[in-house]
Amino acid sequence: MTILNISRRGLLGGAAAAGALAALPIPAFAQQARRGGRLVVAADSEPRNLNPAIVASNGVFFVSSKVVEPLAEATFDGLEGRLATAWEGSADGLSVTFTLREGVNWHDGRPFTSADVAFSALEVWKKLQNLGRVVFKDLEAVDTPDDHTAIFRFARPTPFQLIRNALPALTAVVPRHLYEGTDIAANPANTAPIGTGPFRFAEHKAGEYYRLTRNEAYWGKGVPYLDEIIYRVLPDRAAAAGAIEADEIQLAAFSAVPLADLDRISKVPGVEVVTTGYEALTYQLVVEINHRRKELADLNVRRAIARAIDKDFVVKTIFLGYAVAATGPVPKNDAQFYTADVPQYAFDLAKANALLDEAGYARGANGKRFALKLLPAPYFNETRQFGDYLRQALAEVGIDATIVNNDAAAHQKAVYTDHDFDIAVAPPVFRGDPAISTTILVQSGIPDGVPFSNQGGYANAEIDAVIEKAAGTLDETARIGLYHDFQKLVATDLPLINVAEWGFTTVKRSSVKNVANNPRWAVSNWADVWLDA
Amino acid sequence: MNRALSLLRRRLLTSLPVFLIVIVGSFLLLEAAPGDAVDAYLVSVGGDAGLAAQLRHEWGLDRSAWARFLTFATALVHGDLGWSVAFARPIRDVILERLPNTLLLMGAATALSFGLGSLLGIVAGARPGSICDRVLSVASLAIYAVPGFWLGLVLIVVFSIELRWLPLGGIETIASSRSGLDRGLDIARHLVLPVAALGFIYLALYLRVMRAGMAEVWRMDFVLALRARGLPQSRIVIAHVARNALLPLVTLLGLQSASMLGGSVVIESVFAVPGIGRLAHEAVAARDVPLLLGIILSSAILVIVVNFLVDIVYAALDPRVGASEERA
Repeated sequence: MTILNISRRGLLGGAAAAGALAALPIPAFAQQARRGGRLVVAADSEPRNLNPAIVASNGVFFVSSKVVEPLAEATFDGLEGRLATAWEGSADGLSVTFTLREGVNWHDGRPFTSADVAFSALEVWKKLQNLGRVVFKDLEAVDTPDDHTAIFRFARPTPFQLIRNALPALTAVVPRHLYEGTDIAANPANTAPIGTGPFRFAEHKAGEYYRLTRNEAYWGKGVPYLDEIIYRVLPDRAAAAGAIEADEIQLAAFSAVPLADLDRISKVPGVEVVTTGYEALTYQLVVEINHRRKELADLNVRRAIARAIDKDFVVKTIFLGYAVAATGPVPKNDAQFYTADVPQYAFDLAKANALLDEAGYARGANGKRFALKLLPAPYFNETRQFGDYLRQALAEVGIDATIVNNDAAAHQKAVYTDHDFDIAVAPPVFRGDPAISTTILVQSGIPDGVPFSNQGGYANAEIDAVIEKAAGTLDETARIGLYHDFQKLVATDLPLINVAEWGFTTVKRSSVKNVANNPRWAVSNWADVWLDA
Repeated sequence: MNRALSLLRRRLLTSLPVFLIVIVGSFLLLEAAPGDAVDAYLVSVGGDAGLAAQLRHEWGLDRSAWARFLTFATALVHGDLGWSVAFARPIRDVILERLPNTLLLMGAATALSFGLGSLLGIVAGARPGSICDRVLSVASLAIYAVPGFWLGLVLIVVFSIELRWLPLGGIETIASSRSGLDRGLDIARHLVLPVAALGFIYLALYLRVMRAGMAEVWRMDFVLALRARGLPQSRIVIAHVARNALLPLVTLLGLQSASMLGGSVVIESVFAVPGIGRLAHEAVAARDVPLLLGIILSSAILVIVVNFLVDIVYAALDPRVGASEERA
């Protein structure tokens, strides 16, 4: 896979630019990978727990995925083995057999065996991991007939498809000999992880950097190429752009360089903007709705709000073209589950106004129908900016929205625990399978306080039934069909409104090679990344 | 020296009520802020309701505010700042690791703004109303009006990106294993821009107070007398006018130490300096109440010590003050 180097101008240029790109000879493997060198990348946060088996989040993976490996990693055409070399599900959905890689050692020299996998699955993923607590809830036992076979046994039929889709993000394996018999959540290896990956964790200087060094004993042939990876903590986003221009860092992933700076920085000699490599890390821009409000419990009102939002304007103006308009709860770039065959709500103010009139909310003397409290999530510039846009868009149809700005902790409590909102702007992540973190956004019966879940009081028996059925459907075509139904039902009843989908951008020096060569690149192991002298 | 120490001890003791007010006040303010440390943590990781409840229990957040405050206060009396949930480390270590960077940054910035500010103030105040005076006054006011983070970014663009003379952030070259003088020089190079950004903002204040003070002194009779005695102009400016105008400047120095701590929050973020200003910001974002209280406490001690030092200098400059302190 080659790196497509798309400047913003190139993107907007459309067909002409695509033609020009196609005409260029692409010297993908022309250069010989060079060994050695230190890669310095920007980090904007320092997670308190670096154990990816406990905290399955991109902020943790960004650093720890180079140290601690999952059973398999995503590629553009499926999966590629890491600690497992083969995986097979039984017909009854009650077991999955993993063949594990031989000749792998932990960074402390002890051999990696099936016992490590069994321990990680039962004691860590199932009990402690934010996502694993859902996906592995029915995992009953892991049999280890020999050192290189692990058989997962489930209490209820569990779709093999779901387990496969969960492998890259949910199955980081940690060493049993360091964790067993200890308080796993407080283990020192959570802040200085020991894994099997191509890089060893060397040190963390709080507020300054993380340092990883090459694992000379890595199982991969001839890799890693880099001697060291340094994650330099740059809390100010403007500073990340400057640091890459000054060549103090060579790479900034996860849009650490703000969108507004991309056009300028793509023109700096020696600096490239890469927009691929995040295909399996799609973020969704969503309007969350509190269905406890009587106005919002009315489907006509929700449809009117959907019609009041100009998705193309949002993509062009807020995301500067680095996003696509959404149609439903599964993003367009998901090859397995996405369907376009769902009700659409084109931008149409006249229709939106008519729907609101029909719902019985006529404009008052001041031109306003009713007032709403709007809480944009503070995590991204784009979610805040969309909050501002949404307020204006709603004003156009006579809904008077007041923006309440909170910091992350306050937003978390207001929306997901106290339900003190009418509409909110959220950026949930699609993780390759709707069952991992998408269905939870609309499912009913979720306790208060669960972040990034349905806390809007929405309950739809039909949607719940489809989710429940898909959770136990083993046939893959049938399961995909159920998720098509799910998308249709959500787009019809609008428990929430999907506005746009975006991946991140990477800004790098031209000297960094093999960037964006898989759909989870920023959180993959970087064994094949190398630096041109 | 012994007298100075006993004075300091007395000063800290009389400041106890201040500490108490600061701690209780900050604690109440943070209690009033919506969301707790678990909410802040869940934002970055997600997780189900069971996880939230489990974490609240582990981190002791399921107890009442009063119980938590009591635990913190009891530990504090024993000299223990407690445990930071955001960093999963003892608070004392977290703060002590970063305090030197902030002290270095603030100390250098204070020296710059005080030194250069008073010097330029003397230049401006030597002949109030002259062209030189007007240019300096307007220029310093312009810099004073500039937000600190913006000045920092401009310095980065010019000196780090365009000219590439200086590193654009951090406290030292990362993972370079330097030591001794080499390391000191490396740190100094990294501090040039943040010190300039922080120092220049406050420079205007010293310049203007110095200038205004001197303009005042020029009108006094004793200056006329000195002139009549035929003293050279330079001697009058430095030894008499400037010296008399210096006293309010020293007062300002003590007051500014507190506001410079505030300014360092911004500058430390822009320049990625791992100091306690940035730490305070992180503590608030993570709702790590004990950590923030620890930071506020150390800042309060810092400000009190600085003001104590200022008083000593003051006494040296003006013997009348020293005498009154002794009597008190």
